[in-house]
Order: sequence, then structure tokens, then C-alpha cells
Amino acid sequence: MSDSTATVNGAPEAHGIPHGHEEHPAYLRHHFASVEQQADTTNFAMWLFLLTEIMFFGGLFTAYLIYRNWYYPAFVAASHQLNIFWGTANTGVLISSSFTMAMGVWCAETRRKSGLVLCLVLTFVLGLVFLGIKTIEYSEKVEKHHVPGFHYSVQAFTNPASDPETYKEYKDKPMPLDMARHTELYFFLYFAMTGMHALHMIIGIAILGFMIFRARAGAYTTGHVTFVENFGLYWHFVDIVWIFLFPLLYLISRHQ
Amino acid sequence: MSTNTIVSLPDQSTARIPKTNFITKENGLLSWLLTGDHKRIAILYLISITFFFFIGGALAGLIRLELLTPQSDLMATDTYNKVFTMHGVVMIFLFLVPSVPATLGNFLIPIMLGAKDLALPKINLLSWYLYVVGGILVLYTMISGGVDTGWTFTTPLSTHYVNTNVMSTGLAVFIAGFSSIFTGLNFIVTIHKMRCPGMTWFRMPLFVWAHYAASILMVLGTPVLAIAIVLVALERTVGIGVFDPTKGGDPLLFQHLFWFYSHPAVYIMILPGMGVISEVISTFSRKRVFGYTAVAFSSVAIAVFGFFVWAHHMFIMGISNYAMLVFSLLTMLVAVPSAIKIFNWTFTLYKGSITFETPMLYAFGFMGLFTIGGLTGVFLGTSGTDIHLTETYFIVAHFHFVMVGGMLMAFLAGIHFWWPKITGRMYPEKISQLAAVVTFIGFNFTFFPQFILGTLGMPRRYAAYPPEFQVLNVFSTAGATILGVGYLLPVLYLTWSLKYGEIAGNNPWQATGLEWQIQSPPLTENFTTIPIMDHEAYDYEWLENQTLTNQNLENQKAKEVASVG
Amino acid sequence: MDHISPTIWQFLVKWMTNFALFPPEASKIAPQMDALYFFITLVSLIGLTIVILLVTTFSLLYNKARHPKAIQIEGSTLLEATWTIIPLGLFLVMFVWGSLIYFRVFTPPANAMNIYVVGKQWMWKAEHPGGQHEINSLHIPVGRPVQLTLISQDVFHSFSIPAFRVKREAIPGRYTTVWFEATTPGTYHLFCTQYCGTNHSAMIGDIVVLTPEDYKKWLNESTSGNSLAQNGERLFASLSCNACHNARPDARGPSLANVYGAKLPLASGGTVIADDAYLREAILNPSQHVTQGYAPIMPTYQGQVSEEGVIALVEFIKNLDSDYRIQQTTNTTDLLPEGEGKATTGEKPAGQAQPKPVSKGMVKQ
Repeated sequence: MSDSTATVNGAPEAHGIPHGHEEHPAYLRHHFASVEQQADTTNFAMWLFLLTEIMFFGGLFTAYLIYRNWYYPAFVAASHQLNIFWGTANTGVLISSSFTMAMGVWCAETRRKSGLVLCLVLTFVLGLVFLGIKTIEYSEKVEKHHVPGFHYSVQAFTNPASDPETYKEYKDKPMPLDMARHTELYFFLYFAMTGMHALHMIIGIAILGFMIFRARAGAYTTGHVTFVENFGLYWHFVDIVWIFLFPLLYLISRHQ
Repeated sequence: MSTNTIVSLPDQSTARIPKTNFITKENGLLSWLLTGDHKRIAILYLISITFFFFIGGALAGLIRLELLTPQSDLMATDTYNKVFTMHGVVMIFLFLVPSVPATLGNFLIPIMLGAKDLALPKINLLSWYLYVVGGILVLYTMISGGVDTGWTFTTPLSTHYVNTNVMSTGLAVFIAGFSSIFTGLNFIVTIHKMRCPGMTWFRMPLFVWAHYAASILMVLGTPVLAIAIVLVALERTVGIGVFDPTKGGDPLLFQHLFWFYSHPAVYIMILPGMGVISEVISTFSRKRVFGYTAVAFSSVAIAVFGFFVWAHHMFIMGISNYAMLVFSLLTMLVAVPSAIKIFNWTFTLYKGSITFETPMLYAFGFMGLFTIGGLTGVFLGTSGTDIHLTETYFIVAHFHFVMVGGMLMAFLAGIHFWWPKITGRMYPEKISQLAAVVTFIGFNFTFFPQFILGTLGMPRRYAAYPPEFQVLNVFSTAGATILGVGYLLPVLYLTWSLKYGEIAGNNPWQATGLEWQIQSPPLTENFTTIPIMDHEAYDYEWLENQTLTNQNLENQKAKEVASVG
Repeated sequence: MDHISPTIWQFLVKWMTNFALFPPEASKIAPQMDALYFFITLVSLIGLTIVILLVTTFSLLYNKARHPKAIQIEGSTLLEATWTIIPLGLFLVMFVWGSLIYFRVFTPPANAMNIYVVGKQWMWKAEHPGGQHEINSLHIPVGRPVQLTLISQDVFHSFSIPAFRVKREAIPGRYTTVWFEATTPGTYHLFCTQYCGTNHSAMIGDIVVLTPEDYKKWLNESTSGNSLAQNGERLFASLSCNACHNARPDARGPSLANVYGAKLPLASGGTVIADDAYLREAILNPSQHVTQGYAPIMPTYQGQVSEEGVIALVEFIKNLDSDYRIQQTTNTTDLLPEGEGKATTGEKPAGQAQPKPVSKGMVKQ
């Protein structure tokens, strides 16, 4: 069982020497025997990297599972503080950006340069929109003193009437102080999980910016699509993490 | 040439190091610091981990000096706490975890697979830079006052009760952890995707299998440590309460997250060493490894089971009885594959043709000391005896037996075994055999008394102890002095050999394995033509035919020359 | 252990102790654990000897000079099975045996007397039910099962008595328990074995095992005048617990008489046994532990009462068997004299002194 084709390479010295063979494009690194092997290998590497990311987020999900199980009432009440409109909007934004990213990959594979650039720009913009909405949400939390460790206030939970907007919607009952204190744990998890997610988004957007420049120069529409494909995988992963975060953080028992 | 050695060197009067090799290919510091060549990166790693090993060793020396007397009199207790913490952090994260994989693994895996480089050379270089940054942060921590939480960062001590450099140490470990993840990722991808034609999974050397298993652990386990460190950092700076019981958090959550990585970490550390031992024992008994499939699968079994035993570090911490049952049972299961390996290596010797060069001496040392270390692990996996033995010097002795008596011996075995391949020169045999013996003796004197100390009840991480424990502590320190000599010698004679060692030629050990079929030191691209693997691993009959063929070719050439002349 | 002749056993133990390879065996569980330890040692020695013998023999028989041509052997499934199954079998024996001992160490008998221990940086504070307080030492009687209820005030500590072969972590935020029965009077080491900061190695002390008469004497000498329960009673009053937890029909909180050990139905559904851990949690996190039929209005006392205070309250509630007692806490001029027919869990330490009358200044509110 061999994964490599039996192409025999001569001693590959400098890159600059024009080869003339089709199987020796300039982007083929010389430790790979063929373009297929290079694409296959880098693709596998990206999947493996995403697996490590799952393990990384997994620690936070574990903490969430445990504390939600222990302090369910606090989690319900605290989750009522999140704005479901913005949350749904963000979910829509991310899913759309995954769509535009997938279209971008298709454009790269079918060598449509302008299409690729358009799709990458759309994805970039949608990513920024996501971060913008997140900034709005975070600033709301700051105003209400719901940032753990920074003058955290349980007022909105011990006395729900003091927070008219949320009270109108959910009519929560006043919560005893010891349970209300545990809402801080919820918010910690909220900031840690969405913050870690946002950090990955920022990295992704930065790479997108780089990719837009390279795409305009035609780097990805001459057959060398692996960079775009692998980045697409990363972007879809970041999207999927959000798809888990959204119900876990925003949709805890909304009907209560 | 003595009949009791298999070393076969070319004629020293005419032999030369090949002019074109990966070392001479390009010159200048930048060509090394910006290289993608896995062999150069391996050497960069070798230099850095040796540096950190001696820092960790110096810290160990300080620990043993303090423990000569029952009082905490050599240094302030706070200082002692910092010394043992830094010793642990440096030795585990900056030495043991990268030692064999990042040096020998990096150097050999592509060659053993018939590839020209690892799958992702730039990631490989990034991995080294991350390691260096982590190392620099640790040095910064030491210079700016150290950290005294113990390498285990137990909360709430590390989050609320110390005012030392937890943040910089945590960051260092976080970054070094990514170095480890990228190395493991590179190995897995290379092993899956870059084997040469004919190289099936079961024709790979067991060294590669061992690294594959260790890489799975690196890739899946290290991220959990990363998040645990992030949580400690947040708790320490912001005070979020995730581990704080007064805020509803649970300090035991940190223990679970921490040990979920740190148990597999010990298998990350030992598996590559076991891979080295397979290669060495096979070569110096001229035999294929007994039970190749069993050894290969046992590596993977250790990796898989290793993920499910972490709470055996927490038996007395208030986990439920039922949790104890599960983890104790699984710990017994994970002990079995290691036993299988030891027996397979033993039977590799059966009807072999054994010689006792330095790598083999280290391998024998490994087998004895790892067996003891592993068996003492059974004392600890048995929950009943763990109650008495946990948190004492028994634990310290146990992990030093497996890590130092096991892993470090394996590392030295590997360095000596592949030294001729990496440098083109042989190390001096007599003094290296002496160093191996000195190390073995010193090691036993240092760490065996600690088993007794632990059974007597002496707790670990104590700067001062009751006077009745002094005799054994003095023994231990005396042994440590001898051990230090044993470790210093290789540095000296290996450096010496770079200039004055005998020229090794391609295959001084008459070993199988693709790395021995190419020149020493290898070319940058390893192979001029990609080889086709047409024989099993450890195929000594193939090797004989090879030698015969080469011999015939040479005779043929000599005849032609003679007939022409 | 019953299969070994007692003479040999005594000789072995004495020899080992004199050669300082072993701490003294001073508890009932110690010889049982040592038996398992010896078994594992024996198996390990045999295993190690086999490996060393084989390696040495093969090295001698098959070194190059003697055996120049190696014979290639693929392997042997039979051998693989043998050295998989036999070690696995032995390890499983150890697993079962060890688990039994573990269960024994962490399952206290019903008649164990309870002593509370609070660990803090860097000392151990022991609180006896009779009101005796100790720092870095623990006096116990020989031949009685003693249960320790441990908690930490700050970081993880670990309470270790090598001579008894017991050890247990003291964790912040939760009680842990361990029990032992001392068999030989004497003084034994107490260590903290979980690294806890600067003076971790100074957090050591003595376990003093006394004959029953000496123990009685010690109890009398060291009492502070009030039992733990009486301290708890005072705290109960000063924190106004009896404002709700009284026996009146319109009381806002459930009566606490005889609540210890009872099965309580919770407002959130399900039932719970009211043990020490429950009582502690109910004081510090009451809204999760509301008894059925009552409103979740109890305020939390987190931050207002120390771990010693919680222990005193728990001890008071444990010993409460009548509402009369609770009524009396509102009356601060005189407490009932002792010996008024109070049933307690476990034997009360004898020789408890007469309670001092509470001064008017220490009133609730």
C-alpha cells in the first residue's frame, strides 16, 4: 500500500531552472513526488490540526457541561441576558460566510480569478460584520457590569425588575444571592468561549486579507488551490464551533 | 578487529567524510536558522535541549545538596520550592517531551520512510522556534525570581496563593506545547502520506511506530493542557472563579484537565525511547525484533489506553469509589503492553549474535531500570497501596526510574547509535562504555533509596525532613554526584569525536534500515533516487545479500581494473 | 495475611522496622495494606528476576563469539499470549485486592467517633467534639475507630499518617473523610503531603495514641470548657438561625431537630441524605438545597462564617434531638446543664466540663 506515485526525481537543485514538465510546477515543493501527494498531504495536515483545535475547545466545553449541570437556574437566568437577535444574526452571518468561502474554493478550482476574489472579499466582510456584532454585544455586557472580575454585579438576577428590558421578556423571579453568584461562572464561560472563538475569527480574517492580495495576483487560479481549500476547512471549522456555542450559550431554556 | 564487535569501518587511511552532505551544503548562520532541512532542525534541537538538560540538571544538583541535611539550611525554603518547580518544568517540557522525537525522530523518520523530508518543513522550523521562545520564557522566569507552585500548578495555590511568576511559566509551557503539537502533527502526516513505494505499514521500523503512537498523544493531549493553562491565567488575573469554591467553581476541575494531558505526556516521553530500544536491540543481536506486530500494536495500545487513566493521579483527592475502580482497572490494562515489549525485546536476544557496544549497554540499562520503574507503577495503580505511597518519595523514585533510568538511557542509546550517521564519525567506544556503566551505577544509588524513603513516609517537595530520613538522603545525593559525571562524559567525548572520531562510513553497525544505506552524514535530500522498499523490516538476510552483491560488484570492478591495467 | 505464620510475620515486621525499611504498623489497616505491598513486591521481584535472568543467560549463550550466526525468528503467538495473560492476571488480582483495601479505608464504620480537621497554610487544626482544639497534633484513643472529617481553608493539603497507612486530601470547599483504628499507643508522624506553599515541609505534627485512661485524662485537661456543639449553639443564636429554624408551626424554615442522617425531600425533586456535606452546603449555598415545602429565602452565609464556624454549626445540628434545645438558644442567660438526656451519634467523650453561662453580650443579632 503506497500513497506516493513512483515518480523518480532527479537531483532537484535550484527552483529557478525551468523544467518544462507539467508535473513540476513551481509550487511543487521538492520533497514531494507529485502535486497530488502535496495536495493530499497538506489537506490531511489541516484536518489533523482541526482535530487539535477540537481538543482545545473541548476543555472549555467540559467546564461548561459541569457547571451548567450544577447551577442550571443561574445559567438559565444569565443566558436571558444575551440578545437573541444579535446571536441569530451572527449565526446567519457566519453560515453565509461559510457559503461564500465554499464558493470561493469552487472558483479557485475552476480557475475563476475574479469570482475567487469576490468570494474572498465577501467572506472577509462577513467576518468583520460578525466581529462588529460581537463588539456590540460585549459592550452591552460591560455596561451592565456582567464582565467577571471587573465589578461584576448580580443585581440583574437578585432583582430582575431592575433590568426592565430583560424582565419584560422573561419575567424572571428574583434569585437567591448564592445562586445569583454563580451567574459569574456563566459569564466567564461566555467570554472565554466566544472570546476564543473570536480570536480564531480574527486570525482567519487576517489570513483572508493576505489571501485576497495573493488571489488578485492569480496565485490560486493556476492549479495550486490547496491553500484556499485548506483555509476553507479552517473557516468551516470556526463556523461549526459557533453553531455549537450559539444554542449552548443563547438558547438555554428560552421558553421558561 | 575483535570478533566481539560488529563495527565495520572503512579503511581509516583512505576514508573521508563525503564532501557533499547536509552540513556542508550551505554555510552561514542564516542557512541554519532558516533551514527547512529536517536534519538541520534536528541538530538545532539537539543543541537546545542539551543546554536545557544541563540547566535542569544543575537544579537537580541543588535539590540534592539541600537534602543532605534534615534542616532547610542551604537555601531559603521559598528558594528550594522554586528550585524543584523549575527543575520539573525544565526537565519535562524542555527536555523529556522533545528529546527523542525532536532530535532523533526529526532526523530519522523521513529517511526511515524513504522520503526526502518531513511533510511540512516550515512547520518543523516553526516548531523549533516555538520551543526556543518557550525556553527563553523559562529562563526569564528563572532570572526574574522563579515560580514555586510545583510543575503541576495545582489550583488554588497557583491561582490565588503565590505571588511568583506563574504567568510567564504558564505562557512558556503553552508555547512549548504548541511546539510539541506541531512536531506530532508533522510526524503523523509524514507517516501516513510520505512512505516510499513498497513501504507498507508493517515494513516500517518500530522506531517509526513508536513515534506514530507518541504523536497521536502529542496532537490530542497537549491542547487540553493549553486550555488548562489559559484558565489558570484567567483565574489568576481576572478572578473568574472557575476553580474557586467560594464562587461555585471546583479546584478538582483543574486537576482533571491538567492530568488529562499530563498522564499521556508520560507516554509521549517514553514511547519514542522504546522505539530506540527496538532498533538498538535488533541491531546488536543481528535479529529481527521478536514479535514485530505485537511490539507495533503495543505502542498504539499504550497510546490509546493512556488517555483513559488520568485520575490515577487523584485517587485520594476525593474522587468517588466508582471512579477509582474504573481508573485503577484501566491502569492495570495500560501496564500490560509495556510488559509485552520488555519480553519481546528479551526474546529478540534469543539465538541472536550479541555484542555489547555502548548503545547496547544503554539498552540493557533501560530494560532493567524501566522494568523496575514500570513495576513500581503497579504499586501506585493499585489503589490500596497508592493511599500510602502517593505524594511521597516513592512517586519521585518511580517517575525518575521510568524517565531517567528509562527514557534518558534510551536517548543516550539513540544518540550513540546514530551518532555515526549524523556526524560521519564514530564516538570513542571504551570511554563511552565506561560512561554508560557509571551512569547506571550512579542512577541506582541516587534513586533506589528514594523508594525506601517513600515507603517510610517521607513526603515529596519537602525542604526539611525528620532526621531519621537523613542516611538514605545522603546515599541519594552521593549517587547523584556519580550520575552527574556519567552525564558529563558524553558531552565531552562526543564533542571530541566531531574532530577526532574515526570515519564511520555508511553502515558501521551492519544494520538494516534505510538510514544505513545512505552516506554518513546524509545528503540534504537524503536520497538521490527515491528507494523502493522490497523487503521486510529488520531483514538481515536481505542485508547479507546486499553485502554479497556489493562485494561481488567490488570484486568485479577490481577485476576490470586489473584486466585493463 | 492470616495464611502467614504469626511468628514469621512478627519477625518480618520487626526486622523491616529495625532496618528502617518500613514505618511501624500502628493501625488495623496497616498490616492488611502491608500484606498487599509485600505481594506486589514479591511479584515484582520475580518478574524482574525473570527478565534479568533471561537477558543475562541469552547474553552469555548467544554473544557473538559463541553464537556468530543469528537465527531469524518471527515471533511466537503462544509466548505473546503467555506474557500478556499472566501479567494481566496478576495485575487484576492486585486491582481487586487493592480496591477492597481502598474501600475499607474510605468507608468509616457507623460507630466511628468523628474529629474535624481543618488544614490551612501551614498548620493542621483538629477540633474534637468535646471542644478540645489542637494544632499540629491529634490525640486519639487506642482501639476505637476514629473518623476524620477534613477540609481546607485555602489550598489543597493532604493529611498523612504513614504509621497508619492512611492519607487523604483536604480540599477547599468540600469535606473529605478517612478513618482508622489505632492499635498501639505511641507518637507517630503527621505530614502534609500535598505541596501547599512556602512552609509545606513545616506542616508536620504528631499523632498521639493514648490508652483509654490516658485519653480520658487528656480530654479533661484540654477542654476549652465548651463542646463543639455548644459553640455551634452560640453561633446558631448569634447568626439568628433560630429566626427561621425554630419549632413554631409558622416557622419559615424546617426544624433541624433529628435532621442529621435523615432522608430529606428537596424542593427541586429527589431526596438527599442530610450528612455533614449536605449541612455545610445548605449553610453556604442554601438555594440549591431547599427542603420541599419551603421557600428559597435562606440567605447564604458564605464569607460570614469560617470553616471552624461551619464545623461548629454542623456539630450542633448533628447533636440536636429536640426542639426544646432550639428554643433554649433564644434564652441567653443560662443554657441547660449537660447530661440532660442528649443522644449523640457516636460516644461522647467522657468528662465534659460544665458549660459556662453565656454572657449577655453574646446575643443574636
